[in-house]
Amino acid sequence: MAAATGAVRTERVRSQLFLPAAITGFLALMLGILGFDQFLNAMTLGAIYALIALGYTMVYGIIELINFAHGDVFMVATFVSIGVSTTILGQSGAITDIPTLVVSLVLLFLITIVVMALVGALIERLAYKPLRQAPKLAPLITAIGVSFILQNIIQFFVGPYITNVPQLFPTQWVFTLGESRVPFLNLFVIGSAITLMLVLQLFIARTKTGRAMRTTAMDRDASSLMGVDINRTIMITFLIGSGLAGAAGVIHGLYYGNTTFTLGFQSGLKAFTAAVLGGIGNTAGAALGGFLIAFIEVAAAAFGFGRWGSAIVFSLLVIILVFRPTGLLGSHTGDRA
Amino acid sequence: MSALIARFAPWRARSNAYFAQHRSLGVLVAVVAIGVLLPLLSRIPPFGDLQSMNAWVNAFTIAGIYALLAVGLNVVIGFAGLLDLGYAAFFALGGYTYAIVASPFFDIHLPFWPMLIVGALIGAMFGIFLGAPTLRLRGDYLAIVTLGFGEIVPIVLLNSDPFTGGTNGLGGVDKPVIPGILEFTLINPWPFYVLMMAMIALIMIVVFRLQDSRIGRAWDAVREDELAAESSGVNTVISKLQAFAVGAAIAGFVGVFNAAKLTIVAPDQFKFVVSISAVAAVVLGGMGNPVGVAAGAFVIYLVQSIFLKQLNTLVDNFNIPVLKEVDFLEFQYVLYGIVLVLMMLRRPQGIFPAKRRMRLFKDSEGAGK
Amino acid sequence: MSRESRSNLVLKASAVTRRFGGLVAVNKVDFEIPRGMIAAIIGPNGAGKTTLFNVIAGIYAPTEGYVELNGKRLISPPTGASREPLLLLAPIVPMVGAVAYFLFVVGGTEGFYEGVLSVVVAMLGFVTALLLTIVRPLWYVRLIKRFGITRPARPNDMVEAGLARTFQNIRLYKTMTALENILVGGHVHLRSGFLGTIFQSRSTRAEEAKAEREARDLLAFVGLAGEENTLASALPYGKQRLLEIARALAGRPELLLLDEPAAGMNPKETAEMTALIRRIRDERDITILLIEHDMRVVMGISDRITVLDHGEKIAEGLPAEIRSNPQVIEAYLGRGAASGH
Ligand SMILES: Nc1ncnc2c1ncn2[C@@H]1O[C@H](COP(=O)(O)OP(=O)(O)OP(=O)(O)O)[C@@H](O)[C@H]1O
Ligand SMILES: [Mg+2]
Repeated sequence: MAAATGAVRTERVRSQLFLPAAITGFLALMLGILGFDQFLNAMTLGAIYALIALGYTMVYGIIELINFAHGDVFMVATFVSIGVSTTILGQSGAITDIPTLVVSLVLLFLITIVVMALVGALIERLAYKPLRQAPKLAPLITAIGVSFILQNIIQFFVGPYITNVPQLFPTQWVFTLGESRVPFLNLFVIGSAITLMLVLQLFIARTKTGRAMRTTAMDRDASSLMGVDINRTIMITFLIGSGLAGAAGVIHGLYYGNTTFTLGFQSGLKAFTAAVLGGIGNTAGAALGGFLIAFIEVAAAAFGFGRWGSAIVFSLLVIILVFRPTGLLGSHTGDRA
Repeated sequence: MSALIARFAPWRARSNAYFAQHRSLGVLVAVVAIGVLLPLLSRIPPFGDLQSMNAWVNAFTIAGIYALLAVGLNVVIGFAGLLDLGYAAFFALGGYTYAIVASPFFDIHLPFWPMLIVGALIGAMFGIFLGAPTLRLRGDYLAIVTLGFGEIVPIVLLNSDPFTGGTNGLGGVDKPVIPGILEFTLINPWPFYVLMMAMIALIMIVVFRLQDSRIGRAWDAVREDELAAESSGVNTVISKLQAFAVGAAIAGFVGVFNAAKLTIVAPDQFKFVVSISAVAAVVLGGMGNPVGVAAGAFVIYLVQSIFLKQLNTLVDNFNIPVLKEVDFLEFQYVLYGIVLVLMMLRRPQGIFPAKRRMRLFKDSEGAGK
Repeated sequence: MSRESRSNLVLKASAVTRRFGGLVAVNKVDFEIPRGMIAAIIGPNGAGKTTLFNVIAGIYAPTEGYVELNGKRLISPPTGASREPLLLLAPIVPMVGAVAYFLFVVGGTEGFYEGVLSVVVAMLGFVTALLLTIVRPLWYVRLIKRFGITRPARPNDMVEAGLARTFQNIRLYKTMTALENILVGGHVHLRSGFLGTIFQSRSTRAEEAKAEREARDLLAFVGLAGEENTLASALPYGKQRLLEIARALAGRPELLLLDEPAAGMNPKETAEMTALIRRIRDERDITILLIEHDMRVVMGISDRITVLDHGEKIAEGLPAEIRSNPQVIEAYLGRGAASGH
């Protein structure tokens, strides 16, 4: 028995050391292969995927639902951010005055996150909550329906075109690092995404609500007996997940400067793949998966397989689900009997 | 009136009993009756005014394609309880199989009729191909993997220009010919219509026979309780593979017809929405009930392609500035969304519930019994 | 086949152990059932009785030990499992080779078609290999044994080998009729395939008609005549238990495992169940192993009783011996006294 715990402990220490080392090694390798520009590009894309993947993984962790509409929540967020920038903030282009920029960005993030959190929670309340006791496939089918409805709402109000998003953060701000030019925008995007993820980790680890979320994910009935308000916890999970998708939407708009109503489907699938790759239910895994998927996609494009990018990601999804459904960091096991 | 009905009751009971015994004959009679009635109905004023009889017959034929897709997908979802979100991929494979060997692209021109069977076999093969690695997965993961497969196939078709003509697809696909008797043409919709009705009858008979066999009972058992099914001696892996293969075969079969009817296949025709329209038809019609899902597909198709089109002309006539800009045809997709959400929330067993209802949706139904 | 020519032991379990994480649910249990016996397993809640059933029925692989049915060792711990995926990789080797050949040796676009073709062929090989690993036909199991890979039989293999079971919490196919439930139970004895079904060949129709007759006979045998077309979920609880037994009998087992067949029944139903179990053995030549908490049932029909506690076999013998065995009394009363606080 003692030997067993000892083994577990060394195992844990090993994995704690292994992961940072592996990540550093991987990043160095990618930097070497892709070159600095593409590396930065992949990191930025990865930040967006990671933020979306968090929503998938949190919801799956807690109610075992693949929230198919989550990608579309992200898509809606890109449009909400247009509305916030142009209507509330009255900005339609880059802001070079730093105090105004800071205030505008903070407001843009805050308002979009809050709006999307409410949208996500509303969807949960209307479409998923009534099916809490239903067989698992019923809410999944509903989620697909919600996804279609969200796409069509946007299509109705905005039209089926590619729409420009005001890039409030000036894209021309760069500094040089050795040979390369580094846009501040990329750093800002990566930085804000990582900040949000760290805040989330702290929230889950330290707060009472975070603990409730973890225990509910582990065993809903037991934590209900222990006095956790399950409905409230699930609602909060949706609030947070959708809020993060909101942030991802803002970031996507600032970085790419455009969006369209079908954006959510592809990005959503890729982010879901990221969540599965990292180990569904595991927030750190989702972040890791997001960056990995982005690197795979960018690398595929760099080597001239750009047209195959999605196919490669989906094949990866199939391969992971078949051979290692628990993902890289996951411990979520399928139930039997 | 009720006295009249009562007088016919014994006769009805007898005919019901007769057709329960001879189900295939019943299917034939029903399909012939519907096949004759539909064109007649389309002459009656509200329908007759909408479009010409030939346009209606053409629309019914295409509706038949969707109906058969729903019937095939129902084998996977309704019978075996596996959610397949990439069903259009098999439809595409059938279509491309025929287009490659019966178009100017390679200048090969194989006859249509045997290719129907080949298309079905290719579909079945890929069904097994996809099912083999994935059928051990839990239901929701299986759904996503099939969705991924459904996305990969069009991408592969799009990017394999030497075989598939890339974005443009393969055009000029041969239409069916009955040597010495009949050549199918684009102008005359009737031969395609009759052929579609024959295909519906054929597939319905096959599906009913499978449902009533040891294979179909095994599907039911696997859907109801996989562990119990294994413990009854059902090899659940084989059973699920069979469902996948049959579903995919039907899609491949219909795909061949579709290619010949449209005379072109292109990656755009096989997007995710096609898979979802089939899922919506199955959900709307009632999972597990072949007739119900066919009716569901029929209704969805007619609403989206006739009713929405009419809405466009209607609104144009009224001259309402905002609505005039809107193309209602683009809202066929929201139709699927609404069908899926409303049916799941309000009537999960569908409009025409299967006689032996599905456990999958039993729980949310409440204490109906 | 006459009874004598078959192995006299229907079931032999040797040192069967099953762990769940740190918990040892079944601990080195040795167990034999001679043909024609009604054997019972008793033990306090959580003793590991159902887990032992699940190991015997092929649902849980044992951690250690093995199980033989009719002298055939069908269940033993999986070994070399990590080597099996290597078999899957076999078709990939020629694929990589072929692709490399066409890319680098033939070069350019000339090798494109051949490259695609070789990928397709290799993928087909891969899927075939994968299919084998999951469908796992008998010849494949024998083949991989040569490579030191053993796989325990699965539940459906066990049914084919002559075992049938019922569940502690009834698991009928709820939306199917009583008759259909039984027909599924006889699945392994039906042979008709796709073509026979689609064309309704003579043999298929004959087979179906025979299966249906047998199913009706079985319904009558367990006392459910007239319930043919009742949905399983619509039957009262007691009849559901009977239907589950009829479904198990449809597999024509030599050994029938019954997990608490009389649970939740009133005295009259319990008496009928006892009589039925005896009739199954006497009229159908089926050896029976049952788990039961109701001591009147156990003492009344068992030829031999085995007692499990904390996963271990603590006693075995005739009903009278077990009744007076101090260890058994302690296992039950001690537990009862402890939980009384
Ligand atoms: N799948 C499983 N995973 C983890 N533990 C399990 C599993 N199945 C059974 N156990 C544990 O194994 C032990 C034995 O359980 P088992 O169901 O075999 O008991 P039993 O003797 O049948 O009890 P009862 O009389 O209540 O039916 C229990 O502690 C149970 O919690
Ligand atoms: Mg038990």
